[in-house]
Amino acid sequence: MHSNNLLELAGAISSGAVRVVDLTFTLSPDFPVIVLPPEFGQAAPVRIQEISRYDGRGPAWYWNNITFGEHTGTHFDAPIHWFTGKNLPNNAVDTMPAKDMIAPACVIDCSVLAAQDPDFLLTVPLVEAWEAKHGRIPERNWVLLRTDWSKKGWRDYANLRDDGAHTPGPNPAVMKWLVEERGIIGFGNETIGTDAGQAGHFEPPYPAHHFLHGAGRYGLQCLCNLDQLPATGAVIVASPLKIQNGSGSPLRVIALASST
Amino acid sequence: MTNTLRTPYDGVVIVAPVTIPYMRYSIESAQWWIGRALSALVAQAGIKVSDIDGLCVSSFTMGTDSGVGLTQHFGLCVRWLDTIPLGGASAIAGLRKAARAVQARDADIVACVAGDTNHVDSFRLTLENFSRFNQDAVYPYGAGGANASFALIARNYMRTFGVTREDVGRIAVAQRANALRNPHALMKAPLTIEQYLAARPISDPIHLFDCVMPCAGAEAFLVMREETAASLGLAAARLLSTIERHNAFADDPMQVRGGWAMDVDELYAMAGVKPDDLDVVQTYDDYPVITMMQFEDLGFCKKGEGAEFVRQHDLTIDGDFPHNTSGGQLSVGQAGAAGAYLGLVEGLRQVLGTAGPTQVRNASLALASGFGMINYDRGLASGAAIFAGPSR
Amino acid sequence: MIEPIKPPRRKNPLLRTRLPASPPRPRSRTSHGFTRAAAEGRFMLQRCEACGAFAYPAREACPSCLSVSLAFVDAPRRGALLAETTARVPSDIYFRERTPWRIGLVKMDCGPTIVAHLHADCVEGAAVRMSLQLDKSGQAVAFAHPEGETPNMADDKQWREMTADPKFRRVLVTNGRSVIGQEAIAALKAAGAKTVFVGIAEPWRPFAGENLLRGQDGIEIVPLDAADEKSATDLAADIGGKVDILVNTTEYVRPGGLLDRKGTSVARDEIDQAYLGFINLAQAFGPAMRMRGADGINNSAAWVNILSVYALANWPAFGAYSASQAACLSLSHCLRAELRPGGVRVMNLFAGPVDTEWFQTVPPPKVAPRAIAQAIVSGLKGGLEEIYVGDVAEEIRQRLAANPKALERELDR
Repeated sequence: MHSNNLLELAGAISSGAVRVVDLTFTLSPDFPVIVLPPEFGQAAPVRIQEISRYDGRGPAWYWNNITFGEHTGTHFDAPIHWFTGKNLPNNAVDTMPAKDMIAPACVIDCSVLAAQDPDFLLTVPLVEAWEAKHGRIPERNWVLLRTDWSKKGWRDYANLRDDGAHTPGPNPAVMKWLVEERGIIGFGNETIGTDAGQAGHFEPPYPAHHFLHGAGRYGLQCLCNLDQLPATGAVIVASPLKIQNGSGSPLRVIALASST
Repeated sequence: MTNTLRTPYDGVVIVAPVTIPYMRYSIESAQWWIGRALSALVAQAGIKVSDIDGLCVSSFTMGTDSGVGLTQHFGLCVRWLDTIPLGGASAIAGLRKAARAVQARDADIVACVAGDTNHVDSFRLTLENFSRFNQDAVYPYGAGGANASFALIARNYMRTFGVTREDVGRIAVAQRANALRNPHALMKAPLTIEQYLAARPISDPIHLFDCVMPCAGAEAFLVMREETAASLGLAAARLLSTIERHNAFADDPMQVRGGWAMDVDELYAMAGVKPDDLDVVQTYDDYPVITMMQFEDLGFCKKGEGAEFVRQHDLTIDGDFPHNTSGGQLSVGQAGAAGAYLGLVEGLRQVLGTAGPTQVRNASLALASGFGMINYDRGLASGAAIFAGPSR
Repeated sequence: MIEPIKPPRRKNPLLRTRLPASPPRPRSRTSHGFTRAAAEGRFMLQRCEACGAFAYPAREACPSCLSVSLAFVDAPRRGALLAETTARVPSDIYFRERTPWRIGLVKMDCGPTIVAHLHADCVEGAAVRMSLQLDKSGQAVAFAHPEGETPNMADDKQWREMTADPKFRRVLVTNGRSVIGQEAIAALKAAGAKTVFVGIAEPWRPFAGENLLRGQDGIEIVPLDAADEKSATDLAADIGGKVDILVNTTEYVRPGGLLDRKGTSVARDEIDQAYLGFINLAQAFGPAMRMRGADGINNSAAWVNILSVYALANWPAFGAYSASQAACLSLSHCLRAELRPGGVRVMNLFAGPVDTEWFQTVPPPKVAPRAIAQAIVSGLKGGLEEIYVGDVAEEIRQRLAANPKALERELDR
């Protein structure tokens, strides 16, 4: 029975009845990255160094060495990334259950509100209003915050001012509620970071990291093309690199969604 | 200073003037040219190669050879050997050494020879590798080594003594007139003073006709005792006196006089003659302005009066002061180190009466001088010799 | 009287670019005492320690007393021009292409006579002021200027061969985010640079001083992250043929040595930004710069590195930074040799702690970024190769020459 469903799924993907939507930004040196206070260790920028390109260094082949931090570009956060999750079992990218890498997603569209306010915050009432239309958020689902932030030019995308970044995200209350009251598997954002740009000033600071990872849940950021997904019914495939004791990794995030 | 303490050259003679006609460019080696000169010496003197028991050689393009390489190359077994790197002073220096060798019976027949080839890059390569001071402090300044240094010397000399280009040009023009009588001169067109003045500048105030034409060639002569020449039946010139001086007047900020000025009195005292007694004078003419300096420093006029001297005299073969009668290096060509020999060999022919088309009538007493080795900013080497033919 | 040089016209794309030629290069070893002087803008001659006579050209024993105690010392620059000549038909290609070329013989007040390149305003018989310059083959030569200033003095054709004047040239300042970079931009513009390209990495991040740069005539902000090889290559594809002077203002300063740090992530950034960045810049911009060394009035002329003086001697408080600077210093010597055939000089500026944020806790004296910018310009105009900016750098230089071991211990406080 199950194998027939899988083959049907493969056939549907092949025929286009099921769309495969790429939610990933290209990993490149010029993509904005998280900027921490200079005194702290910084994530390595993406570096792509040619080893050879059909030339004297290697006549018939082209390949590169690449360097990046675990939290560069479209990337996955594992619970071990935050202090609240540091002691949980199976909390790294190489120990997390593989089945957690495929899960359905609820996409909450706040693009209009975010367009008006770069510091827009997702709140419990906003989610409840969404649930009134689309139903209760099921357990072990991703919640993805659509803001269309990924469509901005990169200066506005990073939106750095002299008091830090101003980008949308969840407030502390909604994160605690989504984790504890709805049992989400993870939270995804279009911006650099699951948390809002000014989340360092929240209580607790960085509530998405705090509550997600403290409960053994996951984060996704720098997502794009969320506007191509239905509010419910899409299935996310997010499988980070199996880095030894890794806290996260850039990855390919794809969504399967019905064409109808 | 008159110094009569030097040992006279009694009994020393010079014979067998040899010139291997010059070529502008030659694909042959310096050894080829030197070999031809040695061959001509032996033929002219009627001796065997094995009779040569002394060798003195000068060349810029011998490559890795020095004199000793040539002994095996040409089958010479010598008991006296010298390689002389003194540029334009090499002939006088070689003559002086050979004279004392035969006088002391260290050798009996010394061949003095200079020869150089000229490939298309010979001149440039010679300039580039001329001396350490030249490498460090002249060549990097771009005016081609010797040309720059002589241009500066000429400029200073002309400014200091009020000498015009026309004054200097007289020398070049007279020598060209002489050269037209020399079938082996490489320059064959007449030269007027107008042409001299209008010629393209090389490095002000040096213009085209102030410069010699580098070429390939060889010159040579034999030095022996009088009785040896007599036994061979050879016409011989008697060596009367010589001088040699290097790095003279180092405190002169710029060179306005050569080493001859230090020893000129000795030159004439040793020979027992006066400047007026000379029948023919062969100066070292790498640049006509240096010839003018030699007129002053060799006693023909006072320092600063060279221009007036040239105006007052006819320097051609038939003139009242026959000078550089073959045309000099300026019109015959400068075959490297053989340029040092050109004047001495021509002077030798003059006093032996074998100069042919360039013969000065009744020439019997000659002076030849040498000069050269611009190490940095001045010619360091100088020398002169006075010799007499059989009729004197 | 020197005619001021005119701004060069646009290059004719149909004409072959004249390739660089070099003036004669060989020098004796002792003669390199002049190279050291010229690199720093000093005028030095050998002076006999026994009898006090000055000697020139360089040699192995005193020509006055034969003492072998000849040392290079700073010497008086004044002399008189005895004679001059203008070469019209030099045998050397470099000079042949640049005729007429004027040289002269100068009698120095302190004694020796020196063959020198002449500034066009030098007059025979008049006093001159001597300097030692590095010519287009990177070797020291003597150069005479008239005493005092004459109009348009810096525009002398022969002087311009010895220097890398920013006037009318196009300059790439590789990092315009930093204060030093911005001071350099201003100084180069003021010195007459036609265009200053300002490299900015991560343009999505704003930076102080950005508004002052945008919209200014003759300043063009370009994307450049030197540590990203593609970024360097892409920029070179755009403007590589127009970079006449490159000023490497890469700046990545962090405190710490070995044991007071944990891990290598900061060191990795230091190497990435400074050392690999240097390599990327050299590979991207070096070849075209080397080829354009004889390309007219605005030919490529110089590559400038801003280095810490602690590249020469490690300061443990900034030990890892010192090491990365030392690595860059070594690379700069390699680059100097590789650019030499193009007549492009590599100029290194050494500064002690700079008055910027990462040296905030270091007590004065510290170097003002403006002083570095001014040193860049004066170094380019003087054709220098090594410049020590500020008191600390100068002192380190002297102490290193006197006793490196003492310096090492004293830097370890």
